Amino acid sequence: MDQIGFLAPRPAVLARRREIVADLLDLMPPGCLVHEERELVPFETDAFVSYRRLPLAVALPETTAEVAAVLKYCHRYGVPVVPRGAGTSLAGGAIPQEDAVVLGLSKMSRILEVDYANRTATVQAGVTNLSISDAVSADGYFYAPDPSSQLACTIGGNIGMNSGGAHCLKYGVTTNNLLGVKLVLIDGTVVELGGKALDAGGLDLLGLVCGGEGQLGVVTEATVRLIARPEGARPVLFGFDSSEDAGACVADVIGAGIIPVAIEFMDKPAIEICEAFAQAGYPMDVEALLIVEVEGSDAEMDAMLGKIIEIAGRHGVRVVKESQSATEAALIWKGRKSAFGATGRIADYICMDGTVPLGQLSHVLRGTAEIVAKYGLRVANVFHAGDGNMHPLILFNANDPEDAARAEAAGNDILKLCVDAGGCLTGEHGVGVEKRDLMRHQYAEVDLAQQMAVRAAFDPQWLLNPSKVFPLEGRPAA
Amino acid sequence: MQTNFTPEQLADPHVATSEKILRKCVHCGFCTATCPTYVTLGNELDSPRGRIYLIKDMLENGRPADEQVVTHIDRCLSCLACMTTCPSGVDYMHLVDHARAHIEETYRRPFWNRMTRNLLAAVLPYPRRFRLALRAASLGRPFAGLLRRVKPLEPFAAMLDLAPSRLPAPSPAARPGTHPAAGPRRARVAILTGCAQPVLKPEINEATIRLLTRLGVEVVAPAGEVCCGSLVHHMGREGEALEAARKNVDVWLREIEAGGLDAIIVTASGCGTTIKDYGFMLRLDPAYAEKAARVSALAKDVTEFLSTLDLPQQAARGMTVAYHSACSMQHGQKITMAPKILLKKAGFTVRDPAEGHLCCGSAGTYNIMQPEISRKLKARKVKNIAATKPDVIATGNIGCITQIATGTDIPILHTVELLDWAYGGRKPDMLS
Repeated sequence: MDQIGFLAPRPAVLARRREIVADLLDLMPPGCLVHEERELVPFETDAFVSYRRLPLAVALPETTAEVAAVLKYCHRYGVPVVPRGAGTSLAGGAIPQEDAVVLGLSKMSRILEVDYANRTATVQAGVTNLSISDAVSADGYFYAPDPSSQLACTIGGNIGMNSGGAHCLKYGVTTNNLLGVKLVLIDGTVVELGGKALDAGGLDLLGLVCGGEGQLGVVTEATVRLIARPEGARPVLFGFDSSEDAGACVADVIGAGIIPVAIEFMDKPAIEICEAFAQAGYPMDVEALLIVEVEGSDAEMDAMLGKIIEIAGRHGVRVVKESQSATEAALIWKGRKSAFGATGRIADYICMDGTVPLGQLSHVLRGTAEIVAKYGLRVANVFHAGDGNMHPLILFNANDPEDAARAEAAGNDILKLCVDAGGCLTGEHGVGVEKRDLMRHQYAEVDLAQQMAVRAAFDPQWLLNPSKVFPLEGRPAA
Repeated sequence: MQTNFTPEQLADPHVATSEKILRKCVHCGFCTATCPTYVTLGNELDSPRGRIYLIKDMLENGRPADEQVVTHIDRCLSCLACMTTCPSGVDYMHLVDHARAHIEETYRRPFWNRMTRNLLAAVLPYPRRFRLALRAASLGRPFAGLLRRVKPLEPFAAMLDLAPSRLPAPSPAARPGTHPAAGPRRARVAILTGCAQPVLKPEINEATIRLLTRLGVEVVAPAGEVCCGSLVHHMGREGEALEAARKNVDVWLREIEAGGLDAIIVTASGCGTTIKDYGFMLRLDPAYAEKAARVSALAKDVTEFLSTLDLPQQAARGMTVAYHSACSMQHGQKITMAPKILLKKAGFTVRDPAEGHLCCGSAGTYNIMQPEISRKLKARKVKNIAATKPDVIATGNIGCITQIATGTDIPILHTVELLDWAYGGRKPDMLS
């Protein structure tokens, strides 16, 4: 695919490549700088694998001081920097460019402190999302935001994209669970924002950094909120004869003031894909499936489920299946969380991330089907229905350039549909490079100009992740 | 993932297979999280996704292997944790097998590396040579410290560290012959005698034969069997691996024709993974493809076979077993529950150590060729096992037994030794 452009590499940087590598080798411990061309290739992309750019070098620092040293150097010599966590971005947030140094945080993967008195964990940015919960689960705690890639994605990347997940309906997304960060600015200055308390004085810079897509600074440590695990949790499967019925049911549940922990949606193609991988026992004879998870005491769960079943009945629910054991519940979630990867069994895909008002779910699902049909493609829908965060997976053949171009065009149309329905381009994956050129569809010039002014205040030379988020034209000059 | 091969390249059946594997990968990155080397080193080049990309780049460009690619492929344990994790069903095992064969064909390794690998391939698969080498090792042990200080000679130090200080006498169980069932015969099986295992721990097959014959199973150790080929296979020495596979296929087919076989029992899960793959390995050999597939279908881990015999529940023994699932067992053969169910039925309390998906660092000859990473993984494994406070560790692979035993004082046994004891056999010496 080549419809999305990247900034042209800075000739001055390319000309100094050898020198830059030699200097970075001096700054980094042995084995922490990748610079041989062969070894750079695996870093040319992330999970938005349609686009690829070879970086100039990859630095894998082990300490905040090393991160600061790399940034200070790159700032001084005008070298772009692309931060990278686990490289699981579906929006191309970690795709590098020819004149950029990738700053990978994968070696900084320690949990630094667990403080139950304050219900916080302080971790290095390269810690995976799931390993935070793993570290505290024996004591009855967990970290709530749970992107489907939580097994692999890092907390640094989660902060960059303000990631969500299935359980964010009740507990909020990353920004609602982040209390503080250690941030290295482009000139190498190390600052700390927030702390262990729920609110810090002054401007909410932490709120700004969360979702900054690696353009405001590089997070090296984070303090996150831990939550006590509920007494029990129960995912329940609701099968419907149409996506519209399922969509309308979600809107009515939320409209009735009922907030379960999660309401996840899968259409028939998605059910088939996930069942093939996880054998979770999803009903196979329905057109759409909702996974609704309730939690609390048995009485609480029964009461909430009773209300939801009643509403679902009004929308013609055909199958209601409660998980009977912890193993079954785990399989239900394993299938759901592996949905994207499991799609690889049948086709290549690009994953959209538009968010729409709940009342528009059915309308947007119908529109998505029409758009995809118009391009002669297939789609599998699997998403966080409770907060209207849609993930149509557009299936295509990556070895057929025309098919790939059609998939990309269909994706753009779907995202425009989401925006036109009163939603937005991204719920949790970030704008990255994927949705960058659609930003003008969502924002007026004046909105964009203000956002870019804020961004430039942190990094006037536009060195941090420069090809992402904001359209390449109309940027303020450095 | 998009691939870029010419029709000419795809005419090579090995490339065609790898291309299909690569097409399934969507580059989601899930595999990185459960890869022992990524978890240890934190560099994507030492993760499955990184290696897949390196292999893809090498094969697409029809390039000979180079130092960088070899470094990162060599660091792969072939534990196959990535295949358990991968939602897309990427067949990493056969991709990395292809890459290793490609490396072997196109890359000249540095002198000491070459010598070490040649030595291992010439000694380990042959019990008599291996026994001699172990005797020599006890003489060489004083020099281990010295060898460790010279980087290219480090593998020799690792070998000396792993060699047991006392060697059991050759066992009659390691000789060809038939062990008749006690009482009426309910099944007839062949047992893989193995190469390194009967030298290091003859008790394992002895216990297996005792237990199976007591349960009414006739056990044959056929003459002419050789090493399963796993060791050379993982070195990319494809010719030698296939030669070993063909010999064993012939031996077992003869046995099938002579008296029928209900299973080929394997007591080392590393070997089991390879024998179960004979069908794939020999798929392009018209004379052997079908025969090999038959053999693969008959191959069963001993716990897999025992699960079909419906053993009775035994009284609780008050003994806690930490079950260490070998990678070749859980990821290679996808046998996860059977050994634990058997142990519980036999009256043991079974504990699952944390991070059970991570390799102990043994991985065939990995602990010799990559001692540094191997040591780190061993320490991590032993710590997780010790946290379960077990009386004994049970596992199903000789490699893990040797590796873990060098890191802890907790006794470690093959699962079948505990089962034999629980069902009327002798108490393992290690517990006396």
